Amino acid sequence: MVTNQSVLILGARSDIGRAIAHTFAGHGRPIVLAARRAADLNVDVADISARYQVAASAIEFDVIDGGATRFFDSLPELPDVVVMVAGLLGDQAVNEVDQDAAMRVMATNYTGPACYLLEVARRMEARGSGAIVGISSVAGDRGRRSNFVYGSAKAGFTAFLSGLRNRLAAQNIQVVTIKPGFVATRMTAGMKLPPALTAAPQEVADATWRAVTKGSDVVYVRSVWRLIMWIIRSIPERLFKRLSL
Amino acid sequence: MDRTGDTPVIARGAARSYGDASFGPGLTLDMRRLDHVTAFDAASGVMTCEAGVLLSDVIRLWTPRGWFPPVTPGTKFVTIGGMIASDVHGKNHHLAGSFGDHVISFRLALGDGSVATCSRTENVDLFEATCGGMGLTGVILEATFRMIPVRSARIMQETQRAPNLAAAMDLFEAGSERTYSVAWIDCLATGAELGRSAVIFGDHASPDDFDSDARSAPFSRRTPNKRRIPLDFPGFALNRASVSAFNKLYYKRQAPGRRLVDLEPYFYPLDAIQDWNRIYGQRGFVQYQCVLPLATSRDGLAALLTEIARAGDPSFLAVLKRLGRESFGLLSFPLEGYTLALDFPATDRTFGLLDRLDDITLEAGGRLYLTKDARMRRAMLEASYPRLDRFRAVREQYGFTTRFRSALSDRLGL
Repeated sequence: MVTNQSVLILGARSDIGRAIAHTFAGHGRPIVLAARRAADLNVDVADISARYQVAASAIEFDVIDGGATRFFDSLPELPDVVVMVAGLLGDQAVNEVDQDAAMRVMATNYTGPACYLLEVARRMEARGSGAIVGISSVAGDRGRRSNFVYGSAKAGFTAFLSGLRNRLAAQNIQVVTIKPGFVATRMTAGMKLPPALTAAPQEVADATWRAVTKGSDVVYVRSVWRLIMWIIRSIPERLFKRLSL
Repeated sequence: MDRTGDTPVIARGAARSYGDASFGPGLTLDMRRLDHVTAFDAASGVMTCEAGVLLSDVIRLWTPRGWFPPVTPGTKFVTIGGMIASDVHGKNHHLAGSFGDHVISFRLALGDGSVATCSRTENVDLFEATCGGMGLTGVILEATFRMIPVRSARIMQETQRAPNLAAAMDLFEAGSERTYSVAWIDCLATGAELGRSAVIFGDHASPDDFDSDARSAPFSRRTPNKRRIPLDFPGFALNRASVSAFNKLYYKRQAPGRRLVDLEPYFYPLDAIQDWNRIYGQRGFVQYQCVLPLATSRDGLAALLTEIARAGDPSFLAVLKRLGRESFGLLSFPLEGYTLALDFPATDRTFGLLDRLDDITLEAGGRLYLTKDARMRRAMLEASYPRLDRFRAVREQYGFTTRFRSALSDRLGL
């Protein structure tokens, strides 16, 4: 990678988004932070440029607004790396009875990110270079009763990234799927997470950096999750449907 | 934050104080999320950052650019806010003073929804009470302080051995122009060898000090070996024999002479061993750090070391340091004189010993460092911090006494 390659973080206010921004900026990459209420990101812009002496800016972005074309038209230039971090865990119990809540989770984790990345892909293909990173989830590897609204949306996003990678493989455009597993963030604050399976946001960021520089396709941030999800996927449905996972 | 003022709060930075300063009867504010660098002026070295910024980040990012913190404590895993609240000192205190001396201003949340900017010219009472104020005078949100320019990421270290306490103190006095100085004392040496130590001086190295092949990259750094204590040691592992052996070995390893060393192992030897405190096992340890005025240092230190050697409780780590003049902070620890810092396993016998050390310290006109303390009695504090009344008056005046409370402030009536 050339060191001046710019990086766009979609969902930059999240802990994972922030860690990714710092990590790429730490390697000298100019950063564009995109999130709702972008004016609040000015402290992050100042922070990143003071710490890493790179160009940084903030731009308004809402993953479920259906405005991908307008959004990319408004950017001064198409970034070299686009990282989709936006996501919403939601509350499974609420999602089962509140369709608006369920739709919001589906839109934030799947349809919204997919529409934005379709637009990115089209533009990167025209240019003939670029890297697309999607932060998906191990929850998408198999639907489970504890979080299947979120999990199904992530499953859709994972499948989307897989297909997009296939589609763009011949065009010199890299597509990376990151599956973090549990991460200690504001999204999971208050949950009891097993320490051995729980990554810090920085680990997700480091994994993302390595994936982009090494040209990886699918990355489990902590490799134990690859094994865990392989086991979970291997359980026969007849048995699986009776389990409490 | 609860604005009714019913629930007391205390801010916590990186939670590296040794005692009960960062928790209390009410809520604890985790400041680590408030960690943005606001501005840095490369012409003057002035940095403005939020209180939760880690010193380790500042060092990692700014040393290669030729800037170093003006004062650094013995661990880099502290926040800027915590450095102000403890008014930390370092190995350069005799010349540079404490961290508060390099703070230009800070923004302080007063607990009633208002935020005050404090400096030497604005809200001076709050500025003086907050530097060293242990978080009891509001919540520091953001601070502006001066960094110092450095020409490399190395220290030219010079080690001299002192066969006893008097020799160590003579070395400190003779080396008063050296940027950094500290002594490691073998606490188990007695009699004519009482205070046997290795005195380590240091100055920021310039590229001229380097071998010719390294001169072109004065800020390059070797990747430090990261070691980790994987489990709590059992209690019997730490005894007079093992600590004595460790101290002898350490003393021997401090070969006299000059050599270039990297910044990090020089300033933060224990940071290289993650979870080092686990060698003390489940009961943990207490740290004891006192300062004695210059006039009484020689006799007072001898009395302290004699008492420690007599008690035979192993102190793994014993550090002696010459301090410079007293700071403006109302509860700041440093005094012109000598400070002695010791680690002890937290046993009943230790607490008995520390009470006897308190008597010696008080007799000598010295005092204890609140950031290290977990057990001093209120009378000891009141007899040794002459500006305590002014600190308490500021707490009263701004309504802080019910708003900002920690276990430390409850214990000592701050």
